[in-house]
Amino acid sequence: MSGELVKLLSDLKEPEALAFVEKALGDGVDPADLLGETKEGMNIVGQRFASQEYFIPDLVFSGEILKGIVQMLEPHLKKGEEAERLGKVIMGTVAGDIHDIGKDLVVFMLDVNGYEVMDLGTDVPAQKFVDTIRETGSKVVGLSGFLTLAFQSMKDTVEAINKAGLRDDVKIMIGGGQIDEQVRGFAGADAYGKDAMEAVKLARGWIGG
Amino acid sequence: MEKKWEEMSADEKQEAMFQRWLSPKDPEGNDLKFQSPEAEKLYKENVTRIKDAIQLKKLPDRVPVTIIPSMWPVFYSGMTVQEAMYDYDKTSKAFIKFILDFEPDTHMGSAQFGPGKFFEILDYRLYAWPGHGVSPEHSYQCLEGEYMKADEYDALIDDPSSFFSNVYLPRVFGALEPFQMLPFLPGILEIYGVAFNFIPYGLPPVQAALKALMDAGAEALKWAGAVGGVDGELATLGFPQILGGFTKAPFDTIGDTLRGTKGIMVDMYRQPDKLLQALDAITPHMIQMGVGAAQMMGRPIIFMPLHKGADGFLSDEQFKKFYWPTFRKVMLGLIEGGCVPFPAAEGGYNSRLKIVQDIPKGKTLWMMIDQTDMVRAKEILGKNACLLGNMPSSMLNLGTPQDVKDHAKKLIDTAGKGGGFIMSNGAFFDHAKPENVKAMVDFTKEYGVYK
Repeated sequence: MSGELVKLLSDLKEPEALAFVEKALGDGVDPADLLGETKEGMNIVGQRFASQEYFIPDLVFSGEILKGIVQMLEPHLKKGEEAERLGKVIMGTVAGDIHDIGKDLVVFMLDVNGYEVMDLGTDVPAQKFVDTIRETGSKVVGLSGFLTLAFQSMKDTVEAINKAGLRDDVKIMIGGGQIDEQVRGFAGADAYGKDAMEAVKLARGWIGG
Repeated sequence: MEKKWEEMSADEKQEAMFQRWLSPKDPEGNDLKFQSPEAEKLYKENVTRIKDAIQLKKLPDRVPVTIIPSMWPVFYSGMTVQEAMYDYDKTSKAFIKFILDFEPDTHMGSAQFGPGKFFEILDYRLYAWPGHGVSPEHSYQCLEGEYMKADEYDALIDDPSSFFSNVYLPRVFGALEPFQMLPFLPGILEIYGVAFNFIPYGLPPVQAALKALMDAGAEALKWAGAVGGVDGELATLGFPQILGGFTKAPFDTIGDTLRGTKGIMVDMYRQPDKLLQALDAITPHMIQMGVGAAQMMGRPIIFMPLHKGADGFLSDEQFKKFYWPTFRKVMLGLIEGGCVPFPAAEGGYNSRLKIVQDIPKGKTLWMMIDQTDMVRAKEILGKNACLLGNMPSSMLNLGTPQDVKDHAKKLIDTAGKGGGFIMSNGAFFDHAKPENVKAMVDFTKEYGVYK
């Protein structure tokens, strides 16, 4: 039976996956093993998204199945079973902009690829990024933005990080609907990514993993 | 004798609609008085140029050019978005000045700025706007949510109108919450019991909601007067408003407005048949929304902002199954009604070009946003459709006039070849350098002449 949950989850079979978990828990299967399979399944979802076999609806739906499985597993799991993470990434949509779809996709992809993501949400003030870098010692910051106003907010955020004396400690990536190389230069970021997969590649290049 | 509207073919209807656009009326229904013979000539040349670009029958005299900003005219005039949303007169003056300063062939009007007071009266919840969730200098932004629940598909499918009036409106307008109590009107059948149906209208909360509705209506009229005044004034000066109205692809109506992105995507898996039925159920309404507006305004072009069908949002299979069939039906319905669908393909549409080229020739105008390859778009979709775009926002904002001219030249040489192209910015923008916008317009007028 090993690997069956991996397959059900990665093939997005929601009722079957949930029924499998329920039965396995009843049969006394170690919940930590089930959690491991769940992670492996989500990892395959991420790979399929990266290879354009899966698209946003598939990713969103896999997240829903995951939520269902985790709810069932949680009461059975001991504390401290969280696997080690590759590194920390701070993510947020910059000040003035409340768009979250693109940012959430990046958070999702970083998460399934093993990074610990500090999601600061939307309309995040520059100072909040600075404070979070200080608190967490994260080496990578991702700034998301959909509107043209985000160009300036990204620049302001990079400058605030610079002023706080933290610029050399972090790599900054930017992304979102209208972001390109020109905006990267304007904002003073280290790189821009055109989609969530590129964000993962960038993080991998900077942090490893 | 002139043919009756119902007897006309789609071609004849489109031609008749263009003729109405060419011969604009004032609010009283009389022929519009132009401010000078030159202005009249300019107006007709501008409309004719766009008509020729869209119909793909006759080469226009040159590549038409337009500017389609979101909040930029507001910033250009030194106002905040908050002022623009509340001070209709000041906004109108600013918008007219913006058009006269840059002189594009056509414009999309000033409706996108307001009306703030109206949103306040009704306590609009679908958007955050300056003073209500965003700061005064920033644009309003959508607050997506599940304004229709996952188990409400049957209610929408059975009766979309009642669903909107009794379920959707009370959720997106705080002031209309009491409309949840409104009666089911097809229950009014015989003298016996008629009055029972009207009891909700006597209840204080419903009466308060009706009062809010009347106040909102008065505010809407005031605002519409200003917006219509802008279009009228600019027309008398030779600058036609391009839009006759707007509608949406049914998938976006459900995905943006009713279920939200996550909601509709999960529905694609958990209840695909219900979703497909609902898309069909609202299709006639989406057609009527556009055709009705075009008839009222006397202009054929119907804007359709596309959202969730873009590259990456759906797989090709998902696009073909869920997005395209009813989107195409809406476009065909609009064309049948004499309209020109004007879809704005936000994001990239590179993977969709082959699918969406399956439409009647010379009947649509496609805004290709920043990320679509215009050379490929011209090859594939350009056979049947006029393309509009796609000067990148980043270039207008951060580039130089020379960057803009170089890019415009490329666009004119490729997408503009043989007609069927309108120069424009690629995505709705809030920020730009005036000299870059000017360069786009002036260079197109100079270099875009067809010889």
